[in-house]
Amino acid sequence: MSETTSLLKEPWQYFDRQREAGTFGIWVFLASELLFFGALILTYTVCRIENVAAFAAAGRETNIWYGTINTAILLTSSLTMAMASQAAAANEGLRRLILWCLAATAALGLAFLVVKGFEYREDIERHLVPGAHFGLKQTAAQLFFGLYWIVTGVHAVHLTIGIIMVVRLTLLGYLNKFQLDENPEIQVTGLYWHLVDIIWIFLYPLIYLPGRTS
Amino acid sequence: MSMQSTHPHTTAWRLWRRNGLIWAALMLLLALTLVLAYVPMGWLTPAAGIVIAFSKAGLVILLFMELAKARPLIRLAAMAGVVFLAVLFALTLADVLSRLAGR
Repeated sequence: MSETTSLLKEPWQYFDRQREAGTFGIWVFLASELLFFGALILTYTVCRIENVAAFAAAGRETNIWYGTINTAILLTSSLTMAMASQAAAANEGLRRLILWCLAATAALGLAFLVVKGFEYREDIERHLVPGAHFGLKQTAAQLFFGLYWIVTGVHAVHLTIGIIMVVRLTLLGYLNKFQLDENPEIQVTGLYWHLVDIIWIFLYPLIYLPGRTS
Repeated sequence: MSMQSTHPHTTAWRLWRRNGLIWAALMLLLALTLVLAYVPMGWLTPAAGIVIAFSKAGLVILLFMELAKARPLIRLAAMAGVVFLAVLFALTLADVLSRLAGR
C-alpha cells in the first residue's frame, strides 16, 4: 500500500493522467512497431506465394526444436511479465513477487537469446546463409533465409532492448531506488515485452512450420 | 472477478491462477500448432498455423496486455496499427494474387 505522489513526474498534475498518457504513448509506439514487422512479414508472404516449393524446402531446413523451445520460453516470459505488471498494479505490497517475476522475465529473455545463438551457429555451419556458398539447390530458398536472418535479427535486437529495460526495473526496485507498487513504468515495459512476444508468435509458423508434411 | 482482497497472498494466488490458465492455453495452442504442421491437409496446414498464431496473439493482447479492459482511447491506438496493417496486406495481396490468377 503506497502513495502515488512519489511517482508523479513533470508535466503532469495528476497521477491518473500520467499513467493514461504513458499507456497511450506506448500503444501508439507498438502500433508503429506492428507496421514495421508487418511490412517484413508481407514481403515474406509475397515471396512465399511466388515460390511455394522453395519456401517449403527452406522451412524444412530450420531446426523445429530450437524454434519450438524458444516459443515456449517467450510465452512463459510473457506470463512472468504479466504477473509483475498486475502485481504492481494491485498495490498490495507484493514486492518479492514483483521482483522475482521481473528477474524471471529477464532470465527467460536471455535464455531465448542463448538458444537462438546455438541455432544461428548451426544455420551457419549448414550454409543456410544466402550467397555463393548457399547450402540448398533451390535458388529461391535464399529469399526465405534472407528474410529469416533479417527478421529474427531485428527481433533479437528488440528482445535485447526489452531485457535491458526489465533488468533496469529489477535493479531499481531491488535497490529501493523507486516504488514498485502502482509504478506505470512496469506496465509500459510489460506492454513492450508482450509485443516482442507477439511478433515471435507470428514468426514461429512462418519460419519453422512450412514444408513439414513432406 | 472482485478486485478487493484482504490479504496480499490472496491477491498473489488470484493472479497466478488467472495468468497461469492463460499460459496453459498458450502452451496447448503451441503443442497443437506443432502437431498440425505435420498433418497433410493441403492449404489447411499453413492456414491452421496462421489461425493458431492469431489465437495466441489474441490471448496475449486481450488478457496479458489487458486490452480487454482498457479504455476506448487505448483500444483505438491499438486498433490503428491493426487497421493500417490490414490495408497494407489487402492492397498488396490484391495486386500479387490477381497477377498470379492471370498466369
